[in-house]
Amino acid sequence: MVELWTTYGMEFVFIIAHIMAIIVPLLVSVAYLTYAERKIMGAMQMRQGPMTVGPFGLLQPLADGIKLFSKEIIIPSSAHRVVFVMAPMLTFFLSLIAWAVIPVNKDWALANINVGILYLFAISSLGVYGVLMAGWASNSKYAFLGGLRSAAQMVSYEVSMGLVIVTVLLCVGSLNLQDIVLVERTWWMKALLFPMFIIFLVSILAETNRAPFDLPEGESELSGGFLVEYSAMTFALFFLGEYANMILMAAMAVILFLGGWLPPFGLSGAWIDWVPGVVWFGLKTFGILFFYVWVRATMPRYRYDQLMRLGWKIFLPFTLIWVLVIAGCLLAFGALPS
Amino acid sequence: MAQTAFLSEYLPILIFIGIALVMAFAMVIGSWVAGKHRPDKEKLSAYECGFDAFDDSRHKFDIRFYLVAILFIIFDLEIAFLFPWAVSLGSIGLMGFWSMVVFLGILTVGFVYEWKKGALDWE
Repeated sequence: MVELWTTYGMEFVFIIAHIMAIIVPLLVSVAYLTYAERKIMGAMQMRQGPMTVGPFGLLQPLADGIKLFSKEIIIPSSAHRVVFVMAPMLTFFLSLIAWAVIPVNKDWALANINVGILYLFAISSLGVYGVLMAGWASNSKYAFLGGLRSAAQMVSYEVSMGLVIVTVLLCVGSLNLQDIVLVERTWWMKALLFPMFIIFLVSILAETNRAPFDLPEGESELSGGFLVEYSAMTFALFFLGEYANMILMAAMAVILFLGGWLPPFGLSGAWIDWVPGVVWFGLKTFGILFFYVWVRATMPRYRYDQLMRLGWKIFLPFTLIWVLVIAGCLLAFGALPS
Repeated sequence: MAQTAFLSEYLPILIFIGIALVMAFAMVIGSWVAGKHRPDKEKLSAYECGFDAFDDSRHKFDIRFYLVAILFIIFDLEIAFLFPWAVSLGSIGLMGFWSMVVFLGILTVGFVYEWKKGALDWE
């Protein structure tokens, strides 16, 4: 036992420190993403947003967290108690573990596995279970309808997301996230991938149940959807999971399309190289998150039939054809990575 | 040896999974202990605009949700086939490309059939 500790002990401690170095900044980012969202939406609607707690309302997320932590957890008498409590835990858990493979800088990923993108895709697919479990276990009609809608919506957009990922894989020829960032792309590859980037941006809005696709929790018709029976920390875990997922999807878009931690537009120079890659990664991710909030403040909510039509009748055929177009172009120009 | 090196890449993920599980449990249990508990009959009843629920909410629902789930399985499987194909297209060349075109063609026939049957319509 002692021998085992001396051999693997330090490595073990190092791994745990690394995991904490992912989880803590992630949770802080989630807290301040809610703050940023309220501030940006406030500015877009000519109001101030949170201003009372701390300077410029900067301590607002902390106050929200403490409030949610100390409130009463209500488990409805008709609910399935175990599944009801498991659902938010599952959502939160999944949104954390996906971050194990994200390379925020060169060689900074916790696990630089060969099938990184497959792992991400698998974990984000599991997210639908949390929603479905919450909707079913609550035994409330709003929650049930919200859960059903959300499940159908998430699986629909996952199909087009998968196909978009395939088009990127065609261009880079690797499932490793670090390779996806580092493989050089020619200008016509970038041009061909641009429509896929747009589709990916719209799909991640639907995948994370964000406005204008927030039908599962549409306040005006479902009064909260699958979240309606949740309170206190069980609600907060859903909330944290959802926002962590937003950041995750934004990071995925950055890795797949925007060059990850590399400086934007191929810039180089002494003082640009001096900026650490993680700063570029954070800035790009924040750019996409800003887009999320911008869309929420601007767009009216979709109707459910419009949502399903967009996913199945427009995105799916288009991405399917585009996979073949890109594969054909790469073959014809002999530009396939081998 | 190569086997263990390959597996050791996944060890941090395993530890991460353990820590994330502990955190999820700890947050709910901590909140359960810290919060008050003053349940009453009205508070614990399912929310339905102020009156008692008419019946159990796990009742019949629209068949189209089921259809979407089936369609999703088909297309997600197809994507599972596309992943390795996309990565190795450089080495399997034209032959690989055309076999995938045939495979996608067959699936497209099914997709067109579903479309014409109205399985994708929600109104």
